[in-house]
Amino acid sequence: MSALTRREALLAAAGFFAAGARGEEKVPAASNGGDLSLATLRGKNPLIQRAFRPPNFETPLADLVPLYTGNAAFFVRYHLPVIPQVVTASWRLQVGGPSAQRPLALSLRELKGSFPSVSLAAVNQCSGNRRGLFSPRVPGVQWGNGAMGNALWSGVRLRDVLHKAGVAADALEVVFNGADTSVLPATPDFVKSLPIDRALDESTLIAFEMNGQPLPHWNGAPARLIVPGWTGTYWMKHLTDIRIQPTAFDGFWMKSAYRIPTGAFPTARFVSQETPETTPITEMLVNSLITSPTPAARLRRGEPAQLAGKAWDGGSGIAAVEVSVDGRRSWREATLGRDLGRFAWREFQLPLDTSSAGALEIAVRARSRNGATQPEALTFNPAGYHDNRVQTVRVEVT
Amino acid sequence: MRPRARHPGAVLAALAAALAAPTFGDTPRAVSAPMPAMAAEVTDLRDGKGRDLTVGRCVICHSVEYIPANAPAMDRAAWQKTIQKMKDRFGAPISDEEAKQILDYLSANYSGKSG
Repeated sequence: MSALTRREALLAAAGFFAAGARGEEKVPAASNGGDLSLATLRGKNPLIQRAFRPPNFETPLADLVPLYTGNAAFFVRYHLPVIPQVVTASWRLQVGGPSAQRPLALSLRELKGSFPSVSLAAVNQCSGNRRGLFSPRVPGVQWGNGAMGNALWSGVRLRDVLHKAGVAADALEVVFNGADTSVLPATPDFVKSLPIDRALDESTLIAFEMNGQPLPHWNGAPARLIVPGWTGTYWMKHLTDIRIQPTAFDGFWMKSAYRIPTGAFPTARFVSQETPETTPITEMLVNSLITSPTPAARLRRGEPAQLAGKAWDGGSGIAAVEVSVDGRRSWREATLGRDLGRFAWREFQLPLDTSSAGALEIAVRARSRNGATQPEALTFNPAGYHDNRVQTVRVEVT
Repeated sequence: MRPRARHPGAVLAALAAALAAPTFGDTPRAVSAPMPAMAAEVTDLRDGKGRDLTVGRCVICHSVEYIPANAPAMDRAAWQKTIQKMKDRFGAPISDEEAKQILDYLSANYSGKSG
């Protein structure tokens, strides 16, 4: 890909073309959430800088094309500004809590050596991915499409570690803390919990490798939680403490943040954290992303062109991806790529008919193996989660 | 990394200028695209009464590009709620009088909510 093409792809990813170049305005009005700025964090490729501190950097569309998202291109998302470089040699994972029968501390070497190793391909998607596309707009990091990626995660099963610490019969939730902290003592530390059954699920991992390499600093070195199918908020980075407890964890990041209206989405319940009004976000919804053609691309009449992208869901796996080029009157099935497992994304492609000139609107909807499909309309929620509307891209055949 | 001042408008302006040039389909054209910079802290907000106080309090915990980035979702009521959240939930050291000045500044300069 030439530098220019790549740059255009990056701009397109951020909605720049769709919104039009308006120059400087009093208030950024572009649909991507405003100012587009590519910048580089140490050890990373240029990413879309949504915020510098705490760092929130989005993966450009061009970097979402490979089957596995590169470590240097993977998005970065933090809530708190104090992010230590963890010294692996002195790092210990503490496992305890009132419902742990044999509390323990593990070095990275002990963690790697004491349990069977497991590798699993899974999508890591921020709960707020696409928040910047919400209508009406809602506050929060104004992500476009790139607060997500697909990687091969390697580590050990959380449940093996929990069983070594002894899970008492009264265990209700498992609570996770990482090394990142706040500036002010009064700011709630970023701490999350999982229901005990999700923590003991065979797919929930403590990973220390990503795509065959040690986890990058910005993605949680030396070890992070992997909760395949669930949104990124549970994938605690720089993991330091695990507590097994008989009560619902009542921290800010569970009780007040990352919540959706109860019953609004057909996802797994988190019963111990549920209220009549709101409940924690859990699984990802079935969704897709068109990576080619890019928005506003010009296709040459009569020349071969290919629709391509990715589809994923909360762990059922993708059954089909359907494509319409006639205003949703008829749908054709795209060809699906390799199945990397039910938690990974699935590539899709379909040749495009470029025999006649004019505007072309391509609509894509994925269907999960559990029968769920992408809706036409957004289910509005104040935090801006779960935008899985049918994806469209408008191009011109000339 | 030491924060340094930068000009967030410059990159966008350069891109806008490049894009304003006529397009020729897929024909490559020479443009002087800026190289992506090392990530740096954005420290400047729009000039106005209350700016220094606003920057001074907000940067304790976060860089200030959160403010223009969120402007399209904000009006006075939303800023009021956000400032209250920063005080009550996150422990921001902002007095009631300062909160009012910050609210006036943000409402006047970063309220882009439509409808």
